[in-house]
Formats: sequence, C-alpha cells, structure tokens
Amino acid sequence: MSSTRSRLLRVGVAIVLIVGAVLVSVPFLWMLAGSVKPESEVLDIPPTLWPKDFTWDNYVQLFESLDFGIYLGNTLMVVALSMVGLLLRAMAGYGFAKYDFPGKGPIYVVVLATMMIPDQVTMIPTYLILNQLGLTNTITGIVLPGLVSAFSVFLFRQFFTTVPNELLEAARLDGAGEVRIFLRVVAPLSGPILAIQGVLTFIASWNSFLWPLIVATDQDRYTLSVGLALLEGQYASNYGVLMAGAAVMVLPILVVFVFCQRWVVRGFMMSGLK
Amino acid sequence: MRNLSRYRAALLFVGPSVVLLTVFVVAPILVAAVASLTDLDLRGLRDLSSVEFIGLDNYRRLFTDSLFGTAALNTVLYVVLGVPLIVVFAMGIALLLNFGTSRLYSGLRAAYFLPAITNIVAVAVVWGYLYNTDSGLLNYLLSIGGVEPVPWLDQPFVAKLSLILVGVWKGAGFNMIIFLAALQGIPKDYYEAAELDGAGAWHKLTKITIPLLRYATFFVTVTTTIAWIQFFEEPFVMTDGGPLDGTISVALFIYQNGFNLSDFGYASAASVLLFLSVLLVTAVQFRLRRADVEY
Repeated sequence: MSSTRSRLLRVGVAIVLIVGAVLVSVPFLWMLAGSVKPESEVLDIPPTLWPKDFTWDNYVQLFESLDFGIYLGNTLMVVALSMVGLLLRAMAGYGFAKYDFPGKGPIYVVVLATMMIPDQVTMIPTYLILNQLGLTNTITGIVLPGLVSAFSVFLFRQFFTTVPNELLEAARLDGAGEVRIFLRVVAPLSGPILAIQGVLTFIASWNSFLWPLIVATDQDRYTLSVGLALLEGQYASNYGVLMAGAAVMVLPILVVFVFCQRWVVRGFMMSGLK
Repeated sequence: MRNLSRYRAALLFVGPSVVLLTVFVVAPILVAAVASLTDLDLRGLRDLSSVEFIGLDNYRRLFTDSLFGTAALNTVLYVVLGVPLIVVFAMGIALLLNFGTSRLYSGLRAAYFLPAITNIVAVAVVWGYLYNTDSGLLNYLLSIGGVEPVPWLDQPFVAKLSLILVGVWKGAGFNMIIFLAALQGIPKDYYEAAELDGAGAWHKLTKITIPLLRYATFFVTVTTTIAWIQFFEEPFVMTDGGPLDGTISVALFIYQNGFNLSDFGYASAASVLLFLSVLLVTAVQFRLRRADVEY
C-alpha cells in the first residue's frame, strides 16, 4: 500500500518537473520560432506557434547587411585569446601549489580576495587604465581585464596539490628543467581539470558583455553580444531579426552544453564552492 | 644555485597572473577610491593635469541626487524580492530533481540549467519580445484566459517585477546545481534511521534534508545577494532604466554616469559605495550565520 503511494508521488513529481521544464524552455522555443518567421508574421495576433511561411531571411540579413560576420570573427578572436588566459591560470595554480617563494601566502590571499570585487567597481578605473595603455577599441583591450580569474587559479591550485611531489623530484633527478616538467609531466595529468576549465572559459568568453561594451567603440570591434545589444536599440520592433541574432548567440552554447554537459555541470558545481 | 632556479620558475609561473590581477583588479579599486575624490571627466581624460581634487563633494552630491536614491531603492527591492525567490525555486527544483536519476531526470536537469549559461543579452532580447504589450506571447496567453493586457515593461513597478522574473529564470538553474550537489552529499543512513523511527516524508524533509542544506542555502543566499546588488544587464538592455527610472539599478547608474555622461569622478564615488555595500551585506550575513550555528 505504501509502495502505491510512493509510486504516485514519483509520477506526480515527474509531471510537475516536466511542466516546469516546458515553462522554463518557452523563451528558447519562442526565440527559435520567431527567428524563422517573416517580418509580417512575427507580430501576428494570434501568434503562430509554427511559422506559416518558413524563412531564413532574418539570418541572411544579420550576416549580409548587419555585419554579424565581423562580430562573429571578433567574438571567436576573444574566445581564442581567452584560452591563453587558461594557460596563465593553470601556470599560476601550479606555481602556488608546488613552489615556495617569499610572500607566497599573502600574495595568494590577495589573489583570492579579488573574487569579491564587483565588475562595476573596477569598470571605470579599468577603462582609464586601458585608455592610458592605448588599448581601448582593441581586441586585446577587450580580453586583457578578464584574462585571469582568481577562482580559476584557485581550482587549478586545488587540483595540482594532488600531484605527488615524488613525481616532480624524479623528473628533476632525470635532469628536466622546471618548465619542461610542467609541460611534459604535469600538463598531461591535468586533462580533466583542463577540459572543465576550457569549457567554462569558452562559455564565459563567448557570453562576455561588459568589457566589450565599454572597450569597443567602433563597430568593427564589436563582439556578438555588443552587436546584439545595439541591434536591440535600432531594430526594436523587428523581432524576427532580433530573434535570429539571439539564436546565433545561444545555439553554439547549446551545442557545447549538449556535448559537454557532464563537464559543464561539474565545473559549475566546483565553481559553486567559491 | 638550484633554489635560485626554482625561485625563478615560481616567478615565471605565478608572475603573469599576479601582474594581470594587480593591474586590472587591485589597482582599479585604489584608482576608483582616488578618482571618487576628483572631478575627472572627458576633459580630464585627455589632460590629466586639469583634474582637480574636490574632496567628498561627489559623495555629498550622491546623497542629494534623487536619481541615485531611486537607483538605490530599486536595487534594495531587487535584492529583497529576488534573493528569496531564487533560493526557494532553486531548492524546490533541486529537491524534486533529487527524486530520480534516470535519463528523464538528467534531461530535465539540463532544461532547468540551460538559462544559467545563456548569453544575457540574448536573454534580455528574447524576454523583451515575450513581454511586448501588444504582440507579446505572454499577453496573448493571458488574453485567452480573459485577462487584460499587462504593461510588462511600460509601468515602473510592474517593470521591476518583470525584470526580477527574468533574473529568477536565469539564476535559479545555476543555484539548483549547488543544492543538488549538497543533496547528494547527505548520507542515506540518516533517512533509514528516521524511517525506523516511523518518520514520514514531510518529517524527513523538514527535520533532516532542509537543516542539512544549511551550508548550501547560506552560500546561495550570499552569492545571490551579491549578484542582485550588481544587477545590470537586464535593465541596461531591456528598459535602459525606464520607464520613469522605475528599473534603474545602482550598477546601471554607475554605467550611465561614467560612460554616457563621462562623469568619471561621480560614477567612481557611486562605485565605491556599491563596493562598500557588498562588503557590508556579506559581513552581516557571515555574522548572522555564526549566530545561527551556535544555537
């Protein structure tokens, strides 16, 4: 008797969750449907769930007359440069995990403390500093302020402390230099953490908005998110084009998520510990 | 000799990250503090020698600026409504998702999580379409039920609630993952022991599960509070702070004064206050937690 009750509970829970998931997904479905409707149909009342006249025109317009190709190129550049940051963060994590040097403790504390500082607090000074360095309106200027994140250094450090010191000593006895040890002995062991951080870095840099918005002043330096925000201002009523623009931003993340779900979730669980 | 080479290696590994963090996070706080005491604007940006030290004038101006007052009040409302909603939804969904481990459940988990990793500008654009008063999906669905159109983004108070809904939609999924991780860490024997004592499902939930989620709840509360204090992208893209400044947040106020009006000194003063409020609220939450543990 109690087992029928618990089965009923299970079915009830599943139904609640499915209904909730459908509700949560409505914006995505509506975005995809809107992106393939012609301009005349997006504002139809009653709205059509499935487009009557299916069209790719909105996507074509984004790339042919709205420079989304350039924005996409810039965004890919930002993503690629952010991967350099991944290497720097891994190196720093390794340095803090495996070496002793004067001031190590206090420096590490300062690094961790930077996690607490809101972007809006540093945004104006960072702009002033980039301006002094002559880096405003450059891709370098977009990437540089966010290249290193303290939290990522922390996760790398946690991982590298688990690498046995004996392994490093053995490599040293064999005459390997410190850089060679990092590249040949340590890096090959760090596949899992690199995969997680790589996926998270991709998502974060693909989605980045505040720095590109502040640093990029010319249209040919815009990233996709800045271009889309601009489009929202100019094409406020042309929802077909706007939905296509949003879809271009969301779909690559969706694909990465589908293939790397396990890593993404694990990474976010770890990043939940900050 | 050997130690020297290791010391050099350590500098090589740690150096670049420490330098970047110093230049782009540590130094900017000091720069913000200094700039907040000056009249730095676009002219000063071109010629730093024309910048003048004006003491606490910017802060005095902030406290008499009604727009800043509005932004501060709006931000308080975002925190007061947004934080509990995210905690409740994130915990609720996690508790339900914890019922199963099948493929169905991992698919559902993905569906709830997806908003968390979606680009915020795309989110704002899509929700703007859903919220359209005349041709948006939401008002159409309401009209089927005979409900009058809701001015989602056209009325100051409703617009605040509309932006909170978007923030909750995006924020609940991420925090749900933290609760799920915490739930999976609760030992099964606690429940078995409780069952032997004849405890029902409700008892197990309220006497075991929720108390043991205390650390996760604390963590989610603190980080979500900080996130709402910095609420920026949704009002920036969806309403530009309007209507009638109904949705402007402190973060948006800083952005507008800094980058639209080039009033960098004034905006820096506001950013220093934002920073202090993050510190204060976090410190208070930690203090309350300590009191909580002692009982």
